[in-house]
Amino acid sequence: MAEAMIEFQNVTKQYQGGQAAVDGLTMSIDKGAITVFVGPSGCGKTTSLRMINRMVEPTSGVITVGGADITSVPAPQLRRSMGYVMQSSGLMPHRSVLDNIATVPRLNGVSKADARKRAQELLDVVGLASSLGKRYPSQLSGGQQQRVGVARALAADPPVLLMDEPFSAVDPVVRDELQQELLRLQRDLAKTIVFVTHDIDEATVLGDKVAVFGLGGKLAQYAAPEEILRAPANDFVASFVGRDRGFRHLGFSPSDGVTIHPVRPVTPEQLRQEGSSGDWRLVVDDALRPLGWAGPGPAGAEPVMVAGGSLFRKGDTLRRALDAALSSPSGFGVAVDDDGRAAGLIAAAEVLAVIESDRNIRHGGL
Amino acid sequence: MSNVVTDTIAWLTDPANWSGSAGIPVRLAEHLLYTGLVMVIAMAIAIPIGLFVGHTGRGRVAIVALAGALRALPTLGLLTLFVLLAGIGLMPPIWALVILTVPPLLAGTYAGISSVDRNVVDAARAMGMTEMQVLFRAEFPNALPVMYGGFRTGVLQVIATVSVVAYINLGGLGRYLFDGLVLSDFPQMLGGSLLIAGLAITVDLVLALIQRLFLSRGASSQPNRSQQAAVDLTDPALAETVVQGGTS
Repeated sequence: MAEAMIEFQNVTKQYQGGQAAVDGLTMSIDKGAITVFVGPSGCGKTTSLRMINRMVEPTSGVITVGGADITSVPAPQLRRSMGYVMQSSGLMPHRSVLDNIATVPRLNGVSKADARKRAQELLDVVGLASSLGKRYPSQLSGGQQQRVGVARALAADPPVLLMDEPFSAVDPVVRDELQQELLRLQRDLAKTIVFVTHDIDEATVLGDKVAVFGLGGKLAQYAAPEEILRAPANDFVASFVGRDRGFRHLGFSPSDGVTIHPVRPVTPEQLRQEGSSGDWRLVVDDALRPLGWAGPGPAGAEPVMVAGGSLFRKGDTLRRALDAALSSPSGFGVAVDDDGRAAGLIAAAEVLAVIESDRNIRHGGL
Repeated sequence: MSNVVTDTIAWLTDPANWSGSAGIPVRLAEHLLYTGLVMVIAMAIAIPIGLFVGHTGRGRVAIVALAGALRALPTLGLLTLFVLLAGIGLMPPIWALVILTVPPLLAGTYAGISSVDRNVVDAARAMGMTEMQVLFRAEFPNALPVMYGGFRTGVLQVIATVSVVAYINLGGLGRYLFDGLVLSDFPQMLGGSLLIAGLAITVDLVLALIQRLFLSRGASSQPNRSQQAAVDLTDPALAETVVQGGTS
């Protein structure tokens, strides 16, 4: 059982004249793990997050961090012990990137030179070029601003990070990158992270545990993400996690049982020399990296190459395996090794067979 | 007509008018001194109140109403009232002008603080800044461009209206207007107005220069304005908005 870092004890937040934003919340957040608050708009997830650093004061109930009631220290002091990353970067427009990152150490009395040195190191930690330090926030892209926001939150090395939809305003490609970066950082830093999102996919990718909030500020389910996808506690959670939850759940299943068939790929030169045949043929470059598929055609005709589907890396989940097979024009997913070289083919029917046998094992074991 | 113009030029270029205790340099110095005095007192009143109202949002309705009411007061009437109530001297007319200068400064300060991106303020507080730190490290620096606009408006208004102190014999460039009126000496009146206008334009240009040199860094009032440089100081469009911002 993981050690608790943050605890909500029957916490309620009622705005004047309105319905409760958060209603009787009791939950315990694990130390050194990522806990994701997810739910539709107006479900109280952001309010709950902001109560942890007292940006919002609860109407009733107690919140403790590391065992101590958060009202036992003045709010500004409490906030300096928690990193905070928000949706719009919230960077100071009049300060350089370095000085923005150095904000909290400076508030804690660290000298300007030391704070900037630390800020310079953090640029590297969050994957930004050190030359960006002298720029102003308005000169950065949205993704870069969010990285600076993360660096600023990490600057004083707080044990707790609060992240309020930090990646929801950037495009999907950058969001993917930022999510992977966060997971990489978390492997090194092991912070207690509370992350708010309205995106169930993001929640299942990032969360060690996911708290699904329902309307009226009630906690609907609080469990590991695979548990929420496999066994939603009620209709609300089931409808919120959506129709793809069966497919998403495959993202937690290992693909060990999937057979990888050997393949004899061709290079573009070989393909030209041999011409079309009656079969789909995998085309690779000289380093054996997949380029695409050549379609079947009359013998001797000019072969036509089409783009390949997604690639399945050995050790990926069943979700990736199935997607590779289904997205391939030939019906066979391409498996690659760690260096990206074609290692073999997988068939959709066989992946489905593995899924089926997993299901039988699980139900047989119950 | 051409008589008045040539006479005015003659008056302005007459060396006799440029020397002595009633010469143009002395009147100019008096004018600037009164302007400075009015500005210092008005800022000492308007900026703290503007910062408080902008930061807390409390008393917003009251200051908007008050500022509007004060603006409607007639300058000369107010001046006469103060002199009648407090007697001849330097301070009664100065206070009358202060009352007329507080509204634009108050409005500029309040507007500046409340125009700062709420996300920036929220982040500053969430970083662990105290309310004073939020005000002076996050709100104030980002409000400066707008506040400075209010300051420039105030300065120009005072340079123009401080002429009325000559009405009660305190000097300043306004003396030429009142003396000229009494003597029907139109070249002197026109010369005096030209001097006041020239002073206003010169001071505004200096203030614009100060703004461009010291206040534009980081382009705080224009997020995402430019990807290449924080602010391109040679950008003519920007220079134009700076000048317009000050004189409108």
